[in-house]
Amino acid sequence: MSNEAVPAIKPSLPEEQPMIPQPLVELHGWGRASGTMAHLAQIDSVADAVSALRTSDARRGVVPRGLGRSYGDAAQNAGGTALDLTKMNRILSMDAAGEPPTVTVQAGVSLDHLMRALLPFGLWVPVLPGTRQVTVGGAIAADVHGKNHHTEGSFGNHVRSIDLLMANGKVRKLSPEGETATLFWATIGGMGLTGAVLRATLALQRTETAYFSVDTNRTTDIDDLMQQMSERDDEYTYSVAWFDAVTRGRHMGRAVLTRGNKASLTELPVKLKRDPLKFVAPSLGTLPEIFPNRMINKATAKAFSMAWYFKAPKHRTGELQNITQFFHPLDLLAEWNRIYGPNGFLQYQFVVPFAEADAFRRCLEMIVNSGHLSCINVLKRFGDSNPAPLSFPMPGWTLTVDLPIEQGLDKLCDALDAEVVGAGGRVYLAKDSRLSAATFRKMYPRLSDFLVVRREVDPEGIFNSDLARRLELSKPGIGGAA
Amino acid sequence: MINAVGEPQSLLLLGGTSDIALALAHRYARNGLRVVLAARASERRTAAATELKNLGCDVTEVDLDARDHESHAATVELAFAGGDIDIAVIAFGLLGDQERAWQDPDLALELAEVNYTAPVHLGVLLAQRMQSQAHGWIVALSSVAGERVRRSNFMYGSTKAGFDGFFLGLGEALRTYGVHVLVVRPGFVKSKMTSGLEEAPLAVTPDQVAEAVVDAIKAKRELVWVPGTMRVVMSGLRHVPRPLFRKLPI
Repeated sequence: MSNEAVPAIKPSLPEEQPMIPQPLVELHGWGRASGTMAHLAQIDSVADAVSALRTSDARRGVVPRGLGRSYGDAAQNAGGTALDLTKMNRILSMDAAGEPPTVTVQAGVSLDHLMRALLPFGLWVPVLPGTRQVTVGGAIAADVHGKNHHTEGSFGNHVRSIDLLMANGKVRKLSPEGETATLFWATIGGMGLTGAVLRATLALQRTETAYFSVDTNRTTDIDDLMQQMSERDDEYTYSVAWFDAVTRGRHMGRAVLTRGNKASLTELPVKLKRDPLKFVAPSLGTLPEIFPNRMINKATAKAFSMAWYFKAPKHRTGELQNITQFFHPLDLLAEWNRIYGPNGFLQYQFVVPFAEADAFRRCLEMIVNSGHLSCINVLKRFGDSNPAPLSFPMPGWTLTVDLPIEQGLDKLCDALDAEVVGAGGRVYLAKDSRLSAATFRKMYPRLSDFLVVRREVDPEGIFNSDLARRLELSKPGIGGAA
Repeated sequence: MINAVGEPQSLLLLGGTSDIALALAHRYARNGLRVVLAARASERRTAAATELKNLGCDVTEVDLDARDHESHAATVELAFAGGDIDIAVIAFGLLGDQERAWQDPDLALELAEVNYTAPVHLGVLLAQRMQSQAHGWIVALSSVAGERVRRSNFMYGSTKAGFDGFFLGLGEALRTYGVHVLVVRPGFVKSKMTSGLEEAPLAVTPDQVAEAVVDAIKAKRELVWVPGTMRVVMSGLRHVPRPLFRKLPI
């Protein structure tokens, strides 16, 4: 494609920076449902990033991209540039003696890499999402959360500083307090639209072991589950439930509730005490690209849900589990999203306030009775939200389902949106691949705070993405708001 | 962009008063859908815009004159002024009096311009836009009449044969840029274009064509026949020897 008439973004930037190659490739999110083509620029240094900013097509902009675990179009930028930051993956410094201990990393460091490096020092990443295969930059941009949200908040709560490459080509150091606080919090959960995170300093936790003491309870239905969670969640640092989204009727929403705390050294049996900080993360291999659509059908979904429910013990306390068992069972299989076949899938995650438990139940009913089948389902109680205007978590119930793309899924999602908006809730942008701009505005009342910051630091909308265009976060005229 | 569940955010209808184009817009209509109606200014266009607005769409009307080639660039420019276009439909066309057309040079030229030259010109303009946005669909409404051109409507059929070939080729050229082209080959469509004509076998409604287009885009197809059985009929007809073909009552 000819780039002649394309205005360079910042012709004023120094010319000596090398032009880096930007091949046109298809990029998609983890759901693999709506990929688009973008110029992928491999970023090895800050100079590369600045160069990519300078030479990209200003009409289409740039988006930072990590390991591509956002489910939707957050790290896609059709016709524009995506900055592949995964090679900026060095751990720069660590302060293990500090209170709290901290680590400074480049944005492309994955949580997997970071955990492996920190555990031998007895240090622990305070917030872990459902996979370790995300970058620190991505974790900040999506403000990810984990099973300990009700006790520790989301990832952004533990970030002490961010080096942000801004649209003007300058790098700015941001902290959660002081004069840079507004931009700092807009960057937390800001989906890469305030700039590209280049490095970050994170506060860490100390741990004696890499094991968890876990209590498991099987619940008979959704009410039983919500009651059990409401009563005793605060006694556990980590709490999450898998629920059956296929079975209807009396046992609708039956679930396996797992809650736990980090195991102390004294809790470990002698055998494990020899290497209490061992990082147990086996791999069963990579799923091949051979699955057709409809692998998840009535028969397989029912069988899986039955097996998952009944293999769990009715009630068990104090079981020791390793990192993979407790946190990241899906990381056992690389590229597990291929199971959904070429049509892909979407993940619908929403939260509604605690007071709206009825709306929450209605949403669950809608999903279970819709005929759309989900096997990987998560239910959790969130704790307090943080000051970030686009951060997803808020005090309330959150539910996540993985739905293969099928006829009629748009209708189900629209109906869920309406219920969620009515209850004052919202859906998670890192998972979203279909929300309309109008619905999005109703879900994020603090959007205007975010847009004020964005207009100030990126008036031309150079940081842009498919998600930004879809949700009309971009400036009119460069393919966004009408 | 067309989202994960197949909903477009924006439509451009070139020939925005065509029955098939409007049937497609009604199928996709939802709150916030941006629709650009490009057609000659007319009451019909205004009425179509009002109807889509009532369904919650955000409608822009743009003037399009197929025979005024000079104006095409500005039309496309205006159509993209509101942002990316996810699906652009080339739906305008002229049937004309076939017997008059092959004997009247002016009418013949008009048919060729409206049905072939203008779509090619606009197709290239659209392709440039879509190439730079690196996503989107061009839906080209062709016809079975172009598959094997027959005596009874060869003026129309020959323009559609060229049209069909151009858009199939354009689709190949745009493949590596993330842009899709869908060529639609309907049989007899009961629409304003064919009003007053005797209905042919396997006739379909504009809405059936629209439904086939929606499904074809979901399935990422490049060519669709409406109805599907037309494909079998036409592949048969294609191989009928000429002496026999001319005797067929078609």
